[in-house]
Amino acid sequence: MLQIIIYITLTLMALGILFSVIRFVKGPTAADRTIALDTMTTIFVAAFVLLAFIFNRFIYIDVALVYGVLGFIGVLVIARYLEGAL
Amino acid sequence: MNQLFEYIGMILLLIGGIFLFLGGLGIFRMPDAYNRLQAGTKATTLGGMSVILAVGLLEPGWIIKTLVLVLFIAFSNPISSHALARANYKRKNYPYLKGGPEYDKYREVYQNNEEEEETA
Repeated sequence: MLQIIIYITLTLMALGILFSVIRFVKGPTAADRTIALDTMTTIFVAAFVLLAFIFNRFIYIDVALVYGVLGFIGVLVIARYLEGAL
Repeated sequence: MNQLFEYIGMILLLIGGIFLFLGGLGIFRMPDAYNRLQAGTKATTLGGMSVILAVGLLEPGWIIKTLVLVLFIAFSNPISSHALARANYKRKNYPYLKGGPEYDKYREVYQNNEEEEETA
């Protein structure tokens, strides 16, 4: 039961990442690409935590935390750059 | 008690997966940058929070660290979406409005501010 639900969740996450990647490649402006990157970062953080549960490794949650912080800072820096403040 | 946590965790996992998928679909499907921001950020905030909380419930020893991650997502996602919307507006990509540009109430304030900055 739990295994089936984990498979369904991982498939839905992969589809979400696929759609964001399509928008990241296609997106007409730089802002669209950054929005797609931001969405991808959040989905990846959730995926890392789920992988930590699947492989039973506590250390993967730290990886997710660091990845989340770095992605957040990266998006903020890109947004400031697009604004013309950097 | 453990069984109850497991059932709640399964339901939260399903909800999170569905919302993460909807976030990706919204990013792909919506017509302009503001709509994409709306769909992408809010849906993935709820989805990510429920998946992480579900893992915390399924493995009760990890609950503290997962709560820290949930709190971090709750703080960081609105900030980044706000910064992106502001940057997009400052690049003069104004939102498309059906009634015409006079419905964009922020534009008057913004242009007045810009003129004041130029004169000062």
